[in-house]
Amino acid sequence: MITKQLLIHNGRQLGTLLGLVIVTGVFAFLSPYFLTVSNLVNITQQTSINAIIAIGMTFVIITAGIDLSVGSIMAFSGIILADAIQNNIAEPFAIILGLFVGTICGLSNGLLISYGKLPPFIATLGMMSVARGAALLYSQGRPISGFAEEFRFLATGNIIGIPTSVWIMIFFYLIAYILLNKTVLGRYTYAIGGNETAANLSGINTKLFKTIVYGISGLLSAAAAVILTARLNSAQPIAGIMYELDAIAAVVIGGTSLLGGEGKISGTLIGALIMGVLRNGLNLLGVSSFIQQIVIGLVIILAVLIDMSLKRRRN
Amino acid sequence: MEDNTVLVMKRIRKEFQGVIALNEVDFVLRKGEVHILLGENGAGKSTLVKILSGAYQMTSGKIFLFNKQVNIKSPRQAQELGIGIIYQELNLIPYLSAAENIFLGREITNKFGIIDKKETLDSTNKMLKELGLEIDCDIPVINFGIAQQQMIEVAKALSLDAKILIMDEPTSALSDTEVKQLFQMIRNLKQRGVSVIYISHRLDELFEIGDRVTVLRDGIVVGTKDISDTTKTELIKMMVNRELTEHFPKRSALIGEEILRVEKLTQKNGINDISFTLNRGEVLGIAGLLGSGRTELARAIFGIDKYDSGNIYLRRKLQKIKSPKDAINQRIGFITEDRKSQGLVLILSVKENISLTNLTSFSGFGFIKSKEENKEAEEFINRLKIKTPTLDQKVIYLSGGNQQKVVLAKWLSKKADIFIFDEPTRGIDIAGKVEIYNLINQLASEGVGIIMISSELPEILGMSDRIIVMNKKKIAGEIPLKSATQELIMKYAIGA
Repeated sequence: MITKQLLIHNGRQLGTLLGLVIVTGVFAFLSPYFLTVSNLVNITQQTSINAIIAIGMTFVIITAGIDLSVGSIMAFSGIILADAIQNNIAEPFAIILGLFVGTICGLSNGLLISYGKLPPFIATLGMMSVARGAALLYSQGRPISGFAEEFRFLATGNIIGIPTSVWIMIFFYLIAYILLNKTVLGRYTYAIGGNETAANLSGINTKLFKTIVYGISGLLSAAAAVILTARLNSAQPIAGIMYELDAIAAVVIGGTSLLGGEGKISGTLIGALIMGVLRNGLNLLGVSSFIQQIVIGLVIILAVLIDMSLKRRRN
Repeated sequence: MEDNTVLVMKRIRKEFQGVIALNEVDFVLRKGEVHILLGENGAGKSTLVKILSGAYQMTSGKIFLFNKQVNIKSPRQAQELGIGIIYQELNLIPYLSAAENIFLGREITNKFGIIDKKETLDSTNKMLKELGLEIDCDIPVINFGIAQQQMIEVAKALSLDAKILIMDEPTSALSDTEVKQLFQMIRNLKQRGVSVIYISHRLDELFEIGDRVTVLRDGIVVGTKDISDTTKTELIKMMVNRELTEHFPKRSALIGEEILRVEKLTQKNGINDISFTLNRGEVLGIAGLLGSGRTELARAIFGIDKYDSGNIYLRRKLQKIKSPKDAINQRIGFITEDRKSQGLVLILSVKENISLTNLTSFSGFGFIKSKEENKEAEEFINRLKIKTPTLDQKVIYLSGGNQQKVVLAKWLSKKADIFIFDEPTRGIDIAGKVEIYNLINQLASEGVGIIMISSELPEILGMSDRIIVMNKKKIAGEIPLKSATQELIMKYAIGA
């Protein structure tokens, strides 16, 4: 009984991992270049931005919410950050400023949802447009380019052969793991998503914690902006369009339920890697980007179909 | 079989996962009569009409309609057979007009398939006029009061050629004048030969509108009477007169000092002028029918809903409780009516649910101290004898009784000493019930003050030291245990 429970509990993550292995195996078979170290490093680097945004999305989706504004918040934070650097503010302070702006956007989402009682879909849809507009306005619609090597190191550098952006990603995943599994904040996140009424009646300040969770999502979008800006050597007001869908896809492929209350951060990382592997592998094989979109869409649908039918069988 | 018999239900039996809701029920409906179904909450009235309207399938039994056996498989089929039902919650589409609602799904169209609005409006006007309702049939029904919406539903049922009309507590949300209007319409229907099955708790009404009455209790028919041959006293007796077979353990708690006092608690559209006191070691039973204001009272004390006037004194001090958090900090525990939707996070584990109210005391700098949390959970699993393979089992997999113990553990962990139980044993088997009763007694003997809301009269009588009966959002009476009987409680609850 106990072992069966454990299997059911972690079976979902093992399943996603198996999916990653299969996809990797297929591409390794089809393309000799795929399994080289440089390509694998490349994949993780390409994945890091979506993977970081997907961390915040995981928190949000565990509370049974959704955040459509992550891509726009990323663009806006990136512009603020880049503009600050161009105006000779020291890089560390510029980064803090960017993260601060992203967090404020996220917290605003949270306030609208918790205290304004807006559905998460609507509140973040509004923010998606507002932050995008703010990014365009602030930058006059032009990219801001050209940064010092030290700043660009955040994306292009590497430590013991592994890109800095990947280290940053790992760092955030470790923090997220600890938050979700070892802290009061994490427990309340699951409780709110599992049954908000019961959580509230247990004396939890559900509004406050929901607000914090959206703040976390904004913060991580801004963190992704730092890496993107460093990698491209440019901050663009139109960056991150459709990134919200990639993040949601990574979370969902990773086994987190859109109904809330369930989900693991490890699943999200695997989900993001599956997306990265698919993009990279299809590119290597010379599959057109049009077909790539179709394939990725089908994979998302398939992953959730399998998940649902497994759950139904369990019940 | 008599000539004027419309419907015969024979030996109807309905089980829900082994629980018998109806046991060999016989029911006969005559042409043009208003037949009242009477019984406590859970007596089986709704189940019986839901079988008739196709919402439920019976486990066994036979139904004869106009001397022909029928097998009602779906609400649609019931409709086709001439059975209409008006539910407590209205089922009109709020932003469609009366005419559109009545003809929904069978719109009158011209030969091009375009809706013939004039024809639709004309037929609707005619129908409503016959029922004594003159309204604008072309504006959304949301603009009308409940009574008028009910009549529109009746018109819809009649336009489907209903011969039998089921009304489930139709007057529960109506004003006195609206009730009169409704009764006039029902008399109209009778003259047209329509038979009405009418569910209600309000005894006065029954004598005004009913022809015959069938009393149900615990899923069996106690008897059918002509209204002219019976009295309120007799009906109450039929409703509640059951043997007290359930086992209520004796309690030896000393009743101590006052722990909670409520004074003139009032909400604008809710409870009205509620005052009572609760002492340490005491179980105060609150009886009343559904909608009598019992749960609203509990929610107000626990800070879920606001109250507009009145005071709450805890341990003899005036306290303002504005949120559940305030209530919990004042060491009040609330075991809600519906533990699945309000008491527990079903997909979290036993441990996680137990510590939910008290997590901050098992944590430092926001980090949960697992060892302490586990120790606390283990202690309560042992103390309350919660049957679970591990403390990491999700509570969704536990039985109802064990789930209820997890809810109790949440509040015990927070050291609550005022407990509000709302229907503490609903959906729990007998053995589980006795365990919960024992736990309530144990709490009382430890000096906890307990409010127990229950619809089960034997439970109220078996467990309470004092009993308050609520009716229409007010306290209808307070009864000391010595003089309490099921009849007396029901009398206050119904307002007879």
